[in-house]
Amino acid sequence: MHIEIPYNVRPRPDTGLYNAKLGIWLFLASEVMLFGALFSSLILLRSGVPHWPHGRDEGLNIPLATVNTLVLIISSVTVVLAWANLRLGDLKKARLFLGATLLCALGFMVIKTIEYTDKFHHHHFPSTNNFYAIYFTLTGLHGLHVLGGMIVFAYFIGPGSKMWATEPARFTNRIEVCGLYWHFVDLVWIFLFPVLYLL
Amino acid sequence: MASPRRQIRVGKQWLYAGDAEKALREAIRVREEEEREHGGHHEPFLRKYVFSTDHKWIGIQYGITALCFLLFGFSLMLLMRLQLAAPGKAWGILKVLGEGRAPGGVMLPEAYNQLGAMHGTIMVFLAIVPLAVGAFGNYLVPLMIGAPDMAFPKLNMASYWCYMPGGLIMLASFAVTGGTAASGWTSYPPLSDIATAGQTWWLVGMIFLITSSLLGSVNFLVTIIQLRAKGMTFMRLPFFVWAQFVTSFLLLLAFPPLEAAGVLQLMDRVAHTSFFLPSGLIISGTQATAMGWNGGGNPILWQHLFWFLAHPEVYVLILPAMGIVGEIIANNTRKPLWGYKSLVGAVIFLGFMSFVVWAHHMFLTGMGTVISAFFQTTTMIISIPSVIILTAMLMSLWGASMRFNTPMLFAITFLPMFGIGGLTGLPLGLAATDIHLHDTYYVIGHFHYVVAPGTIFAMFAGIYFWFPKITGKQMNEFWGKVHFWGSLVCINGVFFPMFYQGLAGISRRLYDGGDQYAHAHPALHSNVFISVSAWTLFVFQIPFIINFFASMIWGKKVGANPWHATTLEWAATTSPPLAHGNFAIVPSVFRGPYEYSNPEYAEADFWPQHQAEGAVPEPAAPGGGMLSHGAAAQQEH
Repeated sequence: MHIEIPYNVRPRPDTGLYNAKLGIWLFLASEVMLFGALFSSLILLRSGVPHWPHGRDEGLNIPLATVNTLVLIISSVTVVLAWANLRLGDLKKARLFLGATLLCALGFMVIKTIEYTDKFHHHHFPSTNNFYAIYFTLTGLHGLHVLGGMIVFAYFIGPGSKMWATEPARFTNRIEVCGLYWHFVDLVWIFLFPVLYLL
Repeated sequence: MASPRRQIRVGKQWLYAGDAEKALREAIRVREEEEREHGGHHEPFLRKYVFSTDHKWIGIQYGITALCFLLFGFSLMLLMRLQLAAPGKAWGILKVLGEGRAPGGVMLPEAYNQLGAMHGTIMVFLAIVPLAVGAFGNYLVPLMIGAPDMAFPKLNMASYWCYMPGGLIMLASFAVTGGTAASGWTSYPPLSDIATAGQTWWLVGMIFLITSSLLGSVNFLVTIIQLRAKGMTFMRLPFFVWAQFVTSFLLLLAFPPLEAAGVLQLMDRVAHTSFFLPSGLIISGTQATAMGWNGGGNPILWQHLFWFLAHPEVYVLILPAMGIVGEIIANNTRKPLWGYKSLVGAVIFLGFMSFVVWAHHMFLTGMGTVISAFFQTTTMIISIPSVIILTAMLMSLWGASMRFNTPMLFAITFLPMFGIGGLTGLPLGLAATDIHLHDTYYVIGHFHYVVAPGTIFAMFAGIYFWFPKITGKQMNEFWGKVHFWGSLVCINGVFFPMFYQGLAGISRRLYDGGDQYAHAHPALHSNVFISVSAWTLFVFQIPFIINFFASMIWGKKVGANPWHATTLEWAATTSPPLAHGNFAIVPSVFRGPYEYSNPEYAEADFWPQHQAEGAVPEPAAPGGGMLSHGAAAQQEH
């Protein structure tokens, strides 16, 4: 028997939220704690040693990372546009923008792969020193989040978009929730970039 | 009292009270008939019993799995206690550990460390938390707030199916070369970084468990915030739901730092980073650099991240227990819970404070007096809400004519046991005394008083109390009381002597201190007494296990509300049917959760939350006798 869960699509009047939106905000709070713990670890490790290598001295590629930052910021815009178009009832355009978001994410991962290969080429591994250790851990974990986002976007461009025909409001909500997650992934990078590359 | 023709509202209609009652009963009847006809036949077995999305069944899955782990963790300790009672003595039964761990029946110290580490891990992460949150929370929270299910039923299923593999990975790690994790449940580096492969399995298992609890906690929070029935305001939530609410916040926000720490330790072990390995480390005579670790890290970092989780985790263990005890005390004293508002305030405050006390586990790391002073202060402050909760529950007993059934006995015993556990924690929260007591049996005694005769007793109380809800039958009272009294005596025999053992300086990590224990000789003898108590404690669990299964088959049939309780879970359709929604009609809530013996309501000594003003109550037997409940028994058919 199908059980109807209240406020699955429409917001609950007294909280102003539908279930999934509250869920994703709570999930993101937990993610903040995860990355917060890693950033705190970085601070503790860095302040515990007399010499901490700077990203630029260690050969991190600042121009490439800047491009990556821009790519992610653009993808944040496109995902909002996808949602806005769904609100306007235009699935075709929305899918186009979702595709653009996916493409940006792919671009980010390609650039990241180029950077990683370059590091390995120069024999910089996580075990080299604690700077590279935290660099690979943080960017690796962030990369996994990007990858997760890509899978979700690919699903909603493809088979997931069937829901539009039956439950358009719910589908729009799903894209909004994905978008919130995606903004968070971008935000993590906005912190990672200066902390690892510039400071 | 003649009931006046008062009008009440059902849905959008205004009806006379009697008519509304009739309509309600008719709807329930139609609904039950439908269920009898279609009785779940169209649901395939796998969907219904293995990958179920129904919160009640997932709760049962969690409960059974967690109880198995509880027994397994307990049996590890029983083996350890054998060797503790007689260091170096060969025991036939220890040969089950294999020649590699116990050659000739004498446990190797490495094997003892493995059992110790896994006892802790299994009890905390695989037994108590899944039982308290996964089982009780899952089963009861949606029912208590009047929801049809959890907000995300599929995530709920995923949560169980992350927990289960996590547990299996932990169990499988016993079979890997070098044995399972042996660095304590706390897994302190550098030892854990350089330990054998079992530690890697431990970390992978933990990541599964953390994922499971993340999915679960998001689900609980959304369910409680979004799916409360009409009229179920926050201040009308049963205290149990409040406890689960705060617990979920703790799980949500405290577990990720452990996940971060686990990822870092995995990197240390797999990718040879040095997050937790300092420079200049020498391992068995070899420089760590020669083994591929370049050093420069900080082992204390692990402790900070670990305890940032593990202190809130203590409250994850205790809060659901307090919730269960609150429900059972209110029900069996037939009085409102004393100071409901202060209880809610205390539990929220406790949740906040639990995030700023973690370093009181680390006074021995030499972190400096200023930081120590801060954490001592916060630790003393956090004892205040605990005392408020305990006091409020104690005050609830005042002047009550109590029903001493098995659940009540377990619930009421929670109070002094948690009291002992809590008060003995104060010397550990102050650096000066902690330096002496740290890593001794005193610590073991302290937290086991909180968790074993505290939380586990509350879990037993909950099982006896909600067993009729789940199975429609009641557990045997006589064997329940045998289980209670035997467990109470034995568990105190186990943990009380540990306090003076610890004061005498006996280490928690060795079964044979040798000459180092010369100073503790008088206290050492009680190891035999403790071990005998532990094995007797095991014997007294047998009636529980048999009672548990036998009552499912031969237990006394009871009606929908055998304890004459007020909260919504007793208004739901009796279970089984398992996977068919919770309420015949979505209930509305008209009052707080503990309207027992309200003089304004003359019909019965309990006034259910969902009963409309002026509606005819469920007929109750005179004197509130809990099982001679004719009307309820009739509903059975």
